[in-house]
Amino acid sequence: MTMKVLVPVKRVVDYNVKVRVAADGSGVETQGVKMSMNPFDEIAVEEAVRLREKGAAKEVVAVTIGAQAAQDVLRTAMAMGADRAILVRTDDTLEPRAVANVLKAIATREEAGLICMGKQAIDDDMNATGQILAAKLGWPQGTFASAVTVADGRVEVAREIDGGTEVVSLTLPAVITADLRLNEPRYASLPNIMKARKKPLETIEIDSLGIDTASRLTVVSVAEPSERKEGVKVNSAAELVEKLKTEAKVI
Amino acid sequence: MTALVLIEVENGTVRQASRSAVAAASRFGAVDAIVFGDGAQAAAALPGVTRVLSVPGLVNDLAEPAADLLAARAKDYSHIVAAASATGKNILPRLAGLLDVQPIPDVVEIKDADTFVRPIYAGNALATVRSSDSIKVLTIRGSNFDPVAAEGGSAAIETVEAPASEKSVFVKVELSASDRPELESARVVISGGKGMKDAANFKLLEPIADKLNAAIGASRAAVDSGFAPNEMQVGQTGKIVAPELYIAVGLSGAIQHLAGMKDSRVIVAINADPEAPIFKVADYGIVGDLFEVLPELEKAL
Repeated sequence: MTMKVLVPVKRVVDYNVKVRVAADGSGVETQGVKMSMNPFDEIAVEEAVRLREKGAAKEVVAVTIGAQAAQDVLRTAMAMGADRAILVRTDDTLEPRAVANVLKAIATREEAGLICMGKQAIDDDMNATGQILAAKLGWPQGTFASAVTVADGRVEVAREIDGGTEVVSLTLPAVITADLRLNEPRYASLPNIMKARKKPLETIEIDSLGIDTASRLTVVSVAEPSERKEGVKVNSAAELVEKLKTEAKVI
Repeated sequence: MTALVLIEVENGTVRQASRSAVAAASRFGAVDAIVFGDGAQAAAALPGVTRVLSVPGLVNDLAEPAADLLAARAKDYSHIVAAASATGKNILPRLAGLLDVQPIPDVVEIKDADTFVRPIYAGNALATVRSSDSIKVLTIRGSNFDPVAAEGGSAAIETVEAPASEKSVFVKVELSASDRPELESARVVISGGKGMKDAANFKLLEPIADKLNAAIGASRAAVDSGFAPNEMQVGQTGKIVAPELYIAVGLSGAIQHLAGMKDSRVIVAINADPEAPIFKVADYGIVGDLFEVLPELEKAL
């Protein structure tokens, strides 16, 4: 199998951090906040590496778009088993449409046979880049994947849907977006972290790609959601039912 | 301006989230509906819908032909809208890709025809965004818009040919059989977390759910631990619910879970740990062993 798997990854505020809205309402505080690879992207890296380990793929290439600091998620991807990485360097924040334009250029240059990525980033929660990218490439999509099987030039994807699971069969090349249950990502071992430092990491200036990365959305403001008030503790189930009936009038 | 709303019909009934999408879309002007597979009659009965595009040949909601078809029709519309369901989230961003527009997912409030509010960072912040695209592609959080009624309208139905799907083939679907109401539209939801300890203990929630006609949900930790299937997951990465009553049992209230339920009207928490964050959002809390509290609650109801 000669297939190359491209894995786009994103550097986001770590999932354990409680984010704070910036005082001027322009966004959230990211200064001095712990950053990590988007958790769904870790699942995508794991799946791509497993495909290579099973012999279904030849090479796993991680790609990210961002500032120099975004290199750290590429090193993490390589410590998990990606063979090499590409940083598309920019200081701007790109929307999913613009990200898809960049990824399309990279996928075409790399002649990727499969793109495996997280279903959503936990910062903007858009859940859109994979689908937009598939449309722009004219490739089929297997979104919210919980199982992936590559065989005979096709990929079969089990998908999480509202009432259960659906299975679709796609021609290759294709885009897959990873959901939670697809796998449990491995921890990078110390030797593999050391090895990852020596793996090739190429930097491409975004301007050199000559593509449209304009934003179509303007952020008017970012605000805190209204807080709920802490309620009362009750001592027994009977007291709870009483309060739900007479006070909250909900049952 | 006219909006086109993708309507999901299940067993002859329009899903509540789709009726909320119609209500949201009516804010922009006239509303046309599009229905894949059977179900055009149910969509035509929705108040406020002028015309139904019926695509009986497109039976499995495959994103590729669905997005192709929507893209071919898009020039007639200012807004293309769907529920933020698994189907909406699969198809609409692909459509946005074909149209080269930036989709606006999970809209919780419409300010005007170009300006929308959507949650980011698991609902810990609300972003107001203005779109400069000529066609807006949006998914709507059903829990934030009162649905239109299921009946009362009489829209004209126009049948549309389904495009071919060569690159994507439907293989099968496995739906979990349940007589309970859907999580997203249930009046009462009772959810279990990691404190349930194993999958068998989730059965303890059933008699209470039966008495309250409630849907049963689960936290991501419970799903990750294999206690409950993923379609029961409530949270940022699962389903977003806002029932009249939400009962959280043995779940700590991680940020990502709160993102999926904090708009519920009344929240009850049952947890052994008095410091659990779930108590911070709960209207009523019981600090105690859920294996003792649940049977008592069942008796008291």
